[in-house]
Formats: sequence, structure tokens, C-alpha cells
Amino acid sequence: MVIKDLKDRFHFKLLAGEKGLDNEINGLYCCDLLSWVMSHAKDGDAWITVQTHINIVAIASLLNLACIIVPESIEVDSDTVAKADEEGIPIFSTDINSFKIFTKFYEAGMR
Amino acid sequence: MGSNEKNTGIKLEYEILKDDFARAGEASSGIKKVLRQLGIDSSAIRKTAIATYEAEINIVIHSEGGKILVYIKPDKIEIIAKDNGPGIKDIDLAMQKGFSTASNRVRELGFGAGMGLPNMKKSSDEFYIESEMGKGTTVKMIITL
Repeated sequence: MVIKDLKDRFHFKLLAGEKGLDNEINGLYCCDLLSWVMSHAKDGDAWITVQTHINIVAIASLLNLACIIVPESIEVDSDTVAKADEEGIPIFSTDINSFKIFTKFYEAGMR
Repeated sequence: MGSNEKNTGIKLEYEILKDDFARAGEASSGIKKVLRQLGIDSSAIRKTAIATYEAEINIVIHSEGGKILVYIKPDKIEIIAKDNGPGIKDIDLAMQKGFSTASNRVRELGFGAGMGLPNMKKSSDEFYIESEMGKGTTVKMIITL
């Protein structure tokens, strides 16, 4: 699965990081404790989080995460968006919750 | 921010400010970029990224400010995180997973889970910490290449 599938197939709204769209997604990870994410998320994971401050971009960039998905239409800070554009980390927004996001990935064939 | 030193490898130095959440992560991101450019093995980059990120966040959240020094040598990466206080009262307690003195405000942002020091220890091959109340804390980590 490629990151831009989230836009084209799932109709998630792309908020930032357009230049990272062609990268591959290897897995899906959901957690809001940043140190836990730091030690457990894997290279190429799409990351679901309700945290929206600028630090999530640093984490995604340090771990080579594929992208960040913010569920349930939570508003994302403007400096987070600016930083994600700079670093090329795509951030998506969707109105659905984490469970439904996982369901979509499963139905799209991710295991 | 890098400078070449004869035979001792590359030295990187970053100043970390107290409570500077907006810039927290910039030092570790900068370090990672340098390691990438040097073609360092990806698992060593990941370990260094985790170790330096946690050190950086700890300095931002818990200290009066400090610095992170990284020495990239042919056989290892040495990371020294040094702050200007207040110091850790009980290091054994601070090293326990889940123990944290972080404020609720910081926890709401997803920090302060009590995993910083354990993560730093786990991701380094050698880990040393010393602290003096009123003076500060120094953490030294080595990642072998």
C-alpha cells in the first residue's frame, strides 16, 4: 500500500507533507504515549494519534514512519502542519475513529 | 553544527532549552540527518534517534536546560546529555518504567510516561547516569557500530 491510497481510496484529507505521498506503508500503529511510540512503532508504519502538537512530526521523522493519521476530525496545530510540510511527513485527517481506520486497512488487504 | 576533529571522528553539539516544546526533537532530528549522510547502519540510526530524542525531551521537561553532545567515531557513537539541574533525587526510582515526576500538562501532551530513561538504556549498548542534587544530571550512552 502506498501513502497516497489514503487520499485516493479512503478519502482521508491530506493536511500536510505532500512530497512524502509516494512512500510505501508497511503497517499501522496506534498510540498516544510518545515514548511508547518511540520504542515500539516500526519503520514504514502509518501512525494514528490524537496528539496534534509539533512534536509528533519529530517522532514520525526520527522513526521513518510513513505518515500520521489524526482521527475523529481533531484539529491539527498550524505549526505542526508547517513542520510536516518542511519534513515531508504526510498528515491525514479523517472523521472516523481508530477502530474504523484499522478496519479500512484490513479490508484493503493489510495484514 | 558539526565540526571535524582530527582522528576522533565528528562532534555534534546542541543546546537544549528548558520548556521549549516547540523545538523539542530538532536536535535528535539533526543528529539523525548527519548519521544518514554518513551512511551509518539503519539499526544504529534508530537506536541513536530513540536515545537522543528521549534525552532531549527529558532536558526540555525536567531540567533547567542543558546540552547534547554526540561523538561519531569509526566503531561507536557516543552520546552525552548534560543538564544544569535540578538533579535526580533517586536514580534507581527514576530508572523504573512508569515512574515520572512530569506535570499533568506535560502528560496530556503524551510525554511523561516514565519511559524516557528506560528507553535510553534499552537503546544503548552502554549506559551511564550520574546526578547531583542542585547541580545536574549527566547521561552517557554508547552505541557500538
